[in-house]
Amino acid sequence: MAFTAFSGPATAAAEPAARRRSPIALFLLLPGIFYLVLFFVTPLISLVITSLQAPDPLIFGQYVNAFNWQNYVTVLETYWPQAIRSGGYAALATLFALLIGFPLAYFIGITLRPYPLIQSLALVLVIAPFFISFLLRTLAWKQIFSTEGPVVGLLSAIGAMPAGSSITGTDFAVVFGLTYNFIPFMVLPIYATLVSLDLRLLEASNDLYGSPATTFRTVTLPLSAAGVMSGTLLTFIPAAGDYINASREFLGSTETTMIGNVIEANFLVLQNFPAAAALSLILMAFILVLVAAYVKRSGTEDLL
Amino acid sequence: MNRPLPEDPMIRSLIAQAKRAQMSRRAMLAGTGAGATALALAACTPAGTTELTPAEDNSANDPTLNWANWPFYIDEDDEGNYPTLLRFEEQTGIDVTYLVDVDDNNSYFAKVRDQLALGQDIGADTVCLTDWMVNRFIQLGYTQELNKGNIPNAANLVPSLQNPQFDPGRVHSLPWQGGFAGVCYNTEETAEVRSVSDLWRPDLAGRVGVLSEMRDTIGVIMLENGVDISGDFTADEFNAALDIFREKVESGQIRNVRGNAYTEDLVNGDTLAAICWSGDITVLNAEAGYEKWKFLLPEGGATLWNDNFIIPIGSTRKTNAETLINYYYEPEVAAEVAAWVNYITPVNGAKEAAIAIDPVLAENQLIFPNEETLAQSRIFRGLTAQEENEYQAAFQAILLGA
Repeated sequence: MAFTAFSGPATAAAEPAARRRSPIALFLLLPGIFYLVLFFVTPLISLVITSLQAPDPLIFGQYVNAFNWQNYVTVLETYWPQAIRSGGYAALATLFALLIGFPLAYFIGITLRPYPLIQSLALVLVIAPFFISFLLRTLAWKQIFSTEGPVVGLLSAIGAMPAGSSITGTDFAVVFGLTYNFIPFMVLPIYATLVSLDLRLLEASNDLYGSPATTFRTVTLPLSAAGVMSGTLLTFIPAAGDYINASREFLGSTETTMIGNVIEANFLVLQNFPAAAALSLILMAFILVLVAAYVKRSGTEDLL
Repeated sequence: MNRPLPEDPMIRSLIAQAKRAQMSRRAMLAGTGAGATALALAACTPAGTTELTPAEDNSANDPTLNWANWPFYIDEDDEGNYPTLLRFEEQTGIDVTYLVDVDDNNSYFAKVRDQLALGQDIGADTVCLTDWMVNRFIQLGYTQELNKGNIPNAANLVPSLQNPQFDPGRVHSLPWQGGFAGVCYNTEETAEVRSVSDLWRPDLAGRVGVLSEMRDTIGVIMLENGVDISGDFTADEFNAALDIFREKVESGQIRNVRGNAYTEDLVNGDTLAAICWSGDITVLNAEAGYEKWKFLLPEGGATLWNDNFIIPIGSTRKTNAETLINYYYEPEVAAEVAAWVNYITPVNGAKEAAIAIDPVLAENQLIFPNEETLAQSRIFRGLTAQEENEYQAAFQAILLGA
């Protein structure tokens, strides 16, 4: 929904003719508008109000309406390392997901095109992990990476790691978890653009003495830009706000706390609702600005 | 009227702009309306607290009851039925819905606080929460007073739990089960861990787990420092323990700080020793088939906590809840539950009843602690709102690495 805000002028100007605005169209939009107002705008306003509340001096865990904008300053002062870490982890996870996801999508969408059966099977394999709960899969990685588990065992057997050292609770484990969990969100949009790529264009490039690298750079990549774009957004946005992978109960430790964990702790444990609300809004604004800049820079407004 | 637009791109763009302006006026009107509605809705969040009055008791006409409790905290048979609860339903005709709703004191409180603040029903007529959370409920006026006339068996409550600081005389609460937080270690991989200081041994570096429950982790460290956590300790004494905790987290001696999931770390070998809860180790050993882990009350002392029945302010079935509590204070019933859950039962006479089930069980100090064992443990005193705020924030800051 937020994307339309950035794509507005470009598409509107390109619209050929003025179709008469019918009241029926507006009427049909009503359920959607009602839904958005009730479940998006209302909570958002409530969040803004909460983020400005001040603690009740008498009762713990109660807050009174105020204009306490210092909440924002306080949370930024306290939690800026976690905020930066979230951005870093999400960016790394997006990068790795792209590096792994693009070749995979290319393989399924283009290389496997002559074999429709294998192609569908490969696609199912990408989606299949969704049939098992996200939490269970993450917990399974925790077991695999545990100190007595196979990975540490192998690495210490070949001397790459001292025995008894740990992988869980490190930056690596969290970025790995994020990458693993969000790869399908990268693969599927890229696959969707590549599967409809006209192979004759690749042949034409080849006929015109384009090397495979040139063909990829000048034909395949621009034509799949829309998929890469959606893929990176679909990976980065949830990864930046994720609080499962970095949680101490899963792959993280006290050293890997992300902004989502801070919001969770402030909301559920500390009952500091204004701080949690302020952090949520900051996260939202941060992602919105980043996405806007990204969309503008990559010049692909019309693709969204 | 569908006339083609002029060819001139400039005019076209002018027309397009005019159209947009038109739309935005309408959109703005709609937006204003929607915004006002949303604002009105958003303002519906509960504000300030007034004196809460207990809901009227409708038990006589309504033979039902909702009971919210923690996972694995009542006897359960292979079909997933709760045998003691079934018998209660047969005896009294009260239809009980047992809800496994509480996973954590804090998150449960966050879930129901808005209704409680308005004095509304929270979907549970009785719920079992830990001492300090019960303290908060009582301080905020979120509980109803128990009518002991309906709970004659309350006389079976063990003397040591009759007058807790947060509820002298047990006016608002009655214990359900209790347990110790102490230390445990893997008997195959490491030497005996007898005290909290033993957890800081160099050979356990990076292999120690502690609980994310502040009162248990900081509690046992304070006890190790010789502070009586049930007495009026000072902020300095609390902070001294907190400093030790921070130092051990930052140096990596402590591998991780977890909730109940610390048991997974013990099982997969990430941790070899931990600050942990008594009942869990019994279960882990039962799963392993032998005594792989050993739980000890640390030399400095263990924390003792209890989960307590309370009746939330908005419950309309208070008498039914009291009937249920009374039932679970019968020694035979209490023994049956304790035998299954492996926690300390607060009911006098349950031990004698347990001998009939299994004599070995009655000897288990973690289920039926004797005076000597209880003397080694302390209950963390109730904190004032301000202390709660300060201490939790400081503790959480360490957990968040902030």
